Amino acid sequence: MQDSGINVLFMGSNFLRLLEGLCVTLRISLISVILSIPLGIFFGIFMTLKNPFSKAISRIYLEFIRIMPQLVLLFIAYFGVTRAFGWSLSADVSATVVFVLWGTAEMGDLVRGALISIPKNQYDSAFALGMTKAQTFIHIVVPQTFRRLIPLTINLTTRMIKTTSLVVLIGITEVLKVGKQIIDANRFEYPSAALWVYGVIFLLYFLACWPISVMAKKLEKRWG
Amino acid sequence: MKKNIFVKFIAAVITAVLLAGALAGCGKGEGGTASSFRTLDEIKESGKIVIGVFSDKAPFGYVDEYVEYQGYDVYFAERIAKDLGVAVEYVSTDPASRVEYVATGKVDIILANFTVTEERAKQVDFALPYMKVMLGVVSPDESLITDVEQLNGKNLIVVKGTTAETYFEKNHPDINLQKYDEYADAYNALLDGRGDAFSTDNTEVLAWALSNKGFTVGIDALGNADTIAPAVQKGNTTLLTWLNDEIKALGEEQFFHADYEATLSEVYGEAADPDSLVVEGGNID
Repeated sequence: MQDSGINVLFMGSNFLRLLEGLCVTLRISLISVILSIPLGIFFGIFMTLKNPFSKAISRIYLEFIRIMPQLVLLFIAYFGVTRAFGWSLSADVSATVVFVLWGTAEMGDLVRGALISIPKNQYDSAFALGMTKAQTFIHIVVPQTFRRLIPLTINLTTRMIKTTSLVVLIGITEVLKVGKQIIDANRFEYPSAALWVYGVIFLLYFLACWPISVMAKKLEKRWG
Repeated sequence: MKKNIFVKFIAAVITAVLLAGALAGCGKGEGGTASSFRTLDEIKESGKIVIGVFSDKAPFGYVDEYVEYQGYDVYFAERIAKDLGVAVEYVSTDPASRVEYVATGKVDIILANFTVTEERAKQVDFALPYMKVMLGVVSPDESLITDVEQLNGKNLIVVKGTTAETYFEKNHPDINLQKYDEYADAYNALLDGRGDAFSTDNTEVLAWALSNKGFTVGIDALGNADTIAPAVQKGNTTLLTWLNDEIKALGEEQFFHADYEATLSEVYGEAADPDSLVVEGGNID
């Protein structure tokens, strides 16, 4: 009766289900990353403006998103909005909205950090060469900021892929939840299935995140 | 040459936005439903009832290898849909989000091993119960515990935050409690002999004892019975009344005993008495 748990992976459509779960994970996280990066870049530039009003707004937004656990944000977007305004967002939409808001805040702060890390003498030299403010920004600041941002952005991307496992709490069945379903459905006959299922999930996450790291290294080399 | 990078950047932004749109397009675009509850007539008209169940809590609600929902709760849900003459759509819920799902009307009924408590009754309307849970105590065969008195001065394993913990603290202060955070740790402690017995919901220990030779559930019904019932959104009287009538009617044909036979009996085995779990027609003895 206490059979090897590896069999569980090949029962019915179990393996396919895990792959489908991974698709759900990647779909939500990649859409969020793709939207967060451009939005975060604009937000980061917005944060460096020397206007007290814009500073206050960006500060409040950043701190609010940072302090709130993502789980709370998900509950607010999925259940809270329905309770307060009667709008019923689908689980997919709520999850994407929350991860875009979070990703934009985090990305914005990275961009701000990269922008202010450009030494002042770079600006001075550019002005001395007769460049305008806009030219300095485009030709001197942006290229250097970009290079600094690559590793940080990759870090954020992989973090977002892993954090999407929270979406199970609003009913989205992603890869981790599928794994739990498979383990649970077999927990009486195959108690050791957990090890195998989690092993496969580990591999799937690795296969999802690894190409991103490789790509980032290539980009770093090319622009470095 | 530097200009190139800026152009590339703009191009990248545009591509990103387009790609996001494309990806979003291939996602399932399920629209939102009305925020408040749906009455019985509205459910019948739409031809579909939305029921929140567990998807990873065998044998009550789980998904089998052919991606079909199964279990004691699901068996009942299928019957509800059949008697209403509508199709059923399952939503996978978790313990923490069950109240929210039904309170916001994202599901019509919650049928996820939902224990009736005063706290929850303030937020949802419970129908009549269809199951009850009491405490069980499992111990090794060579020193089987069949009476609570035998536990005095011994080490009893419990999991933190369960009803077993509160029950023994309050009613049997002479028993030494060994507390663990996870079920897996608690079971390992029992297997190692770190404790003399383990107590939690009777459903859980009965299922465990069956697949672990040398251990038996000596006490299978201890403490006050907690009841398990379907829940609907507060104020949804048409659906609540229908559910209560349905449960009463099903009691006459001993529906929940059939449900037990179909889903729970193989898990709990011969040792368990269906009457210690199943409630027919909403009557708790």
